[in-house]
Amino acid sequence: MSSAHGVARLLRCAPPSHDSAGTPRATALAVAATVTDPEMPMLTLVDLGVLRDVAEDGEHVTVTITPTYSGCPAMATMRDDLVHALQDAGYADVDVKVSLSPAWSSDWITDDGRSKLRSHGLSTPGPAPSGPIPLTLLPIKRAIDCPRCGSADVRLTSEFGPTACKALYQCTDCLEPFEHVKEI
Amino acid sequence: MDSHDLDLDHDSVYEGLLGGDPSQWAFGTAFEDPLAGVDTTIPAGVDGAALAAYCLMLGDDALIYAHRLSEWTSNAPDLEDDIALANIALDLLGQARLLLARAAAADPRVIPKLPEGSPVPPEDALAFFRDEPAFRNVRYVEADNGDFGVTIARLLLFASHRLALLQRLTTSVDPVLAAIAAKGVKEVTYHRDYAGRWFLTLARGTDESRRRLVAGLRTVWPMYAELSRCSDVESLAAAQAFGVDPSTLSDEVDAVIEHALATSGIERPDVPPSGTRPLGRDGHHTETMGHLLAELQVVARAHPMGKW
Repeated sequence: MSSAHGVARLLRCAPPSHDSAGTPRATALAVAATVTDPEMPMLTLVDLGVLRDVAEDGEHVTVTITPTYSGCPAMATMRDDLVHALQDAGYADVDVKVSLSPAWSSDWITDDGRSKLRSHGLSTPGPAPSGPIPLTLLPIKRAIDCPRCGSADVRLTSEFGPTACKALYQCTDCLEPFEHVKEI
Repeated sequence: MDSHDLDLDHDSVYEGLLGGDPSQWAFGTAFEDPLAGVDTTIPAGVDGAALAAYCLMLGDDALIYAHRLSEWTSNAPDLEDDIALANIALDLLGQARLLLARAAAADPRVIPKLPEGSPVPPEDALAFFRDEPAFRNVRYVEADNGDFGVTIARLLLFASHRLALLQRLTTSVDPVLAAIAAKGVKEVTYHRDYAGRWFLTLARGTDESRRRLVAGLRTVWPMYAELSRCSDVESLAAAQAFGVDPSTLSDEVDAVIEHALATSGIERPDVPPSGTRPLGRDGHHTETMGHLLAELQVVARAHPMGKW
């Protein structure tokens, strides 16, 4: 939770940056913060809580990101997009590192990120579970509303959606099918 | 980023695919070490070779089972389950990638030798260029999927065991293994949940669904015992506190299985375990493993230099 908000806070008070000729340029952090998630392009990597750190030293930038799920195929694209964006902004040497610990949690999606998800018709995750979860053999109960009509009368259609991080729901009032970003 | 730069980046889809080097696209657009920037120093008191051997076991379980489950893609009973099984396979594939990369970093001698200049990264070399006896997965995960009843029974037992194992591994003295496990716990919790709910649904569904689930459980039960048999490597891993003796998980896993059986009104199968040794962990596999590996490896093996 702290990490994503940490990057967001850094973003507000990062010192100005200059290239080797002394020309002002966007800070590496500001550039990295514009890169979006390839599967949910309404979210930046900051909104998603995937961007963990950006360290700038002259032409050299080290960016640290964390995978949402172990098999997330978007990681390579995120890495490439970060490298491209920073190179286009004048940073010649970009290194993207992976951080595995602590593991990503849906709690790290920022408030901005949540409102963007909602405005794009996605349902946002509740608090992530902490500690071992017993096997109940019952459907996972979530108190969520239909992003289209606001009805609380929704039905889980599948715990697994088109990407690893989403479950599928349908509103039983307006019949809209929608995606819910899962709590992990 | 101005529009000129955008053009440069995305002028041609083929440029993007090739990443500037037309020889390497068979193995991805660019190589990404899944452990890039992670400190893979071997902790004091841990034998690197044993750590590598142990990570191969857990990585191979995930890799081979991921391949099996992915065979359901486009064949599952309905779209939601097609997607669910593919997602579960993808999670396990991600775990496999991290674990095989961890094995390669702990002891580079485990990485198969490839021709000079081959672009294949270590975890891919381990997945695609080892022969059957070098695979250390339990035989339980290599067996054919069977019908949906067999698949659900196998997944419930596997996910229950793996969740207990990963939970324990979150306190491994190897921080890399501990981090991989902590991530896996969140994922496998969903896998167990999915299998558990289908187990109950099939048990309480129609006579036919119940008959198939009971038959499925009888099919997977004999090999299930292999999951909790402790090999020499696991014994050493437990002694050095980076791994777990799987036999110590039995009671915990059994309580979960008993809950599923009791709630579903299904009897524990009265079939004996097959064999008494952890055979898959020693590289002794069943006939079906050869067929699986042929499909998994054929393209990579035909093109070890990543070009044709």
